[in-house]
Amino acid sequence: MSAAPPIEPLPYAEEQAERILGAEWRAIATSAYRWMRVGRALDGRMQALQRQGRVGFYGAATGQEAVNVAAGLATDRDDWIFPGLREQLVALVRGHALATYAHHLFADDRDPSRGRNMPCHPSAREVHYVSMSSVIGTQISQAVGLAYALRQKGAPGVSLAFFGDGATSSNDFHAGMNFAAVWNLPVVFCCANNQWAISAPTERQTAATTFAAKASEYGIPGRKVDGTDFVRVYSMLRGALDVARTGRGPVMLEFETYRMTPHSSSDDPTRYQPSDWAMRAASHDPVARLQSWLTALGVLDAETIETIGRAADQQVRAAVEEAEATEPPAPASLTEDVYAPLGSRESPGTG
Amino acid sequence: MTEMTLVQAVNRGMAEAMRADPDVLVLGEDVGVNGGVFRATEGLFKEFGESRVIDTPLSETGIVGAAIGMALYGLKPIAEIQFLDFIYPAFDQIVSELAKFRYRSGGQFPCHVVIRTPYGGGIKGGLYHSQSTEAYFCHTPGLKVVVPSTPADAKGLLLSAIHDPDPVIFLEPKRIYRAVTGEVPDGDHRVEFGHARLVREGTDVSLFAYGAMVGPTVEATESLEKEGIRAEVIDPRTLVPLDEEAIVASVEKTGRAVVVHEAPRFGGFGGEIAAVLAEKAFYSLKAPIARVTGYDTPFPYALEHLYLPNAEKIATAARAAVRAS
Repeated sequence: MSAAPPIEPLPYAEEQAERILGAEWRAIATSAYRWMRVGRALDGRMQALQRQGRVGFYGAATGQEAVNVAAGLATDRDDWIFPGLREQLVALVRGHALATYAHHLFADDRDPSRGRNMPCHPSAREVHYVSMSSVIGTQISQAVGLAYALRQKGAPGVSLAFFGDGATSSNDFHAGMNFAAVWNLPVVFCCANNQWAISAPTERQTAATTFAAKASEYGIPGRKVDGTDFVRVYSMLRGALDVARTGRGPVMLEFETYRMTPHSSSDDPTRYQPSDWAMRAASHDPVARLQSWLTALGVLDAETIETIGRAADQQVRAAVEEAEATEPPAPASLTEDVYAPLGSRESPGTG
Repeated sequence: MTEMTLVQAVNRGMAEAMRADPDVLVLGEDVGVNGGVFRATEGLFKEFGESRVIDTPLSETGIVGAAIGMALYGLKPIAEIQFLDFIYPAFDQIVSELAKFRYRSGGQFPCHVVIRTPYGGGIKGGLYHSQSTEAYFCHTPGLKVVVPSTPADAKGLLLSAIHDPDPVIFLEPKRIYRAVTGEVPDGDHRVEFGHARLVREGTDVSLFAYGAMVGPTVEATESLEKEGIRAEVIDPRTLVPLDEEAIVASVEKTGRAVVVHEAPRFGGFGGEIAAVLAEKAFYSLKAPIARVTGYDTPFPYALEHLYLPNAEKIATAARAAVRAS
């Protein structure tokens, strides 16, 4: 085994942190750290359970926690999230109960989506987290349509479209970016670039200098951001949300991260990743980076870190235990929700 | 009642729905200033403005994707796809997303979008302005598929589609946009989905046809009548949901069935009607079920008159069915 790689610390002195995150910077950063540990604990537990055959599938977000937690904390209640594969933590931070999400992971009778979608594909309307398919990119133009509806109804929200680096090659990336720019809509396009589309690295996905560079030709400002630096991600998101919210049109942010796990439980990255990838990724671990920074500034000490970690593990264990003990969906539910119940005239409304 | 063409009825339906409900809006290519290439949206831009009659960039996946997002927030978008032949860039949005939002979210995200699109041949449109690919959509649970054949049904079915809580593919037979006129009820006239229209009553053979094929099918009954064959014509109007009861009841009466559509035969919707009859009216059948359809070829340009079913082909099939027993 090689020695543990050096962690790249976050480069902010206290005054800078306060300038970027505001007077409450300690509370924001500590809350972010707690959530990142929940995400990390969930990924660890679920990957183990998948290997044991206790859950069907799992797609970890390990390495992307800073982006997800920052998005959860930086957005408002009125905003809408159109996720890709790895944004479930955004829903949790926005208030979707971990216990409910666990029911989804086990596709059981208390899963709000009634066990119909694969694990890691939750629907959480109560926190404006839109149902996702496994199709790449389709959510991008949908996010644009919802932004149109927000403006049409005079609502204050912003629509956030999350997608991976691979999705920048999809039809709907092009359509969504173009429509949003032409219509000048409140959309923040969030490219979660973990540098791998399953086995395809960045240089096989695009010849552009960055993914963010694509934005300018649509007439959209695009910025590449270190996605493992919570402080930077949070501040860039706040800025982009402000632009969108004040009628100044869409923004694209590319968050560069390092995928620290296989693409999903069905993938073997030793077939295509270079042997030093894991080391490089580990030195950009967003949780470790935030932890070492907060420790250096005296916001967290070893004991608090230990307590936070234990609490995260316990939360995850409790949620998983309850879900695993829940019955599968009732057989009759198989044929429900294909169409509205007969005679129903309901509208989804704006909530 | 007002006499109008089928395309005028579509236009009237949209205008009335938009007047009644500010959440209803129209989006598509050339639908605004230009009023649509078939003029289906004529006058709407002037009356409702650019925020409700939206000229989109040229991208079908963008149109349907955006319509889905609008519907998720409670708008009632009517997306126009200029020709059914150009819908395929949006196929992913329709089949993978629109049709499945309600199901995959456990009912949290119903997604009510109406997609209007002209379909079918007979206008010298060649391969890419002529096809009838309704079967693709009928094969996707979660979608409703509607095909009017008269001006009154065009308005009535469209208003039902706009008020339906589920996604609707609304196929407009462009060949008869202006070729037929008819009386259309004024006001909020709705035709309920899942109810076939008895076009003509008969006792000897049941002819099933929808969209632009209803015309030649009725024409066929006139020559059959002269030979003493009384043919019944049923227009299902909505392919999903399908009025199986009416189809079965007709064949229980006549004992013979001919299914007509423009689409290729293999895997076409006619096979579904034939299967329903085989399952539920088998013991009433006095002759094999016949299909009069397009050929299993791409849609031709110069020879479209040979490709399309016509009154003569339909009459021949009906006659054969009657003579079989």
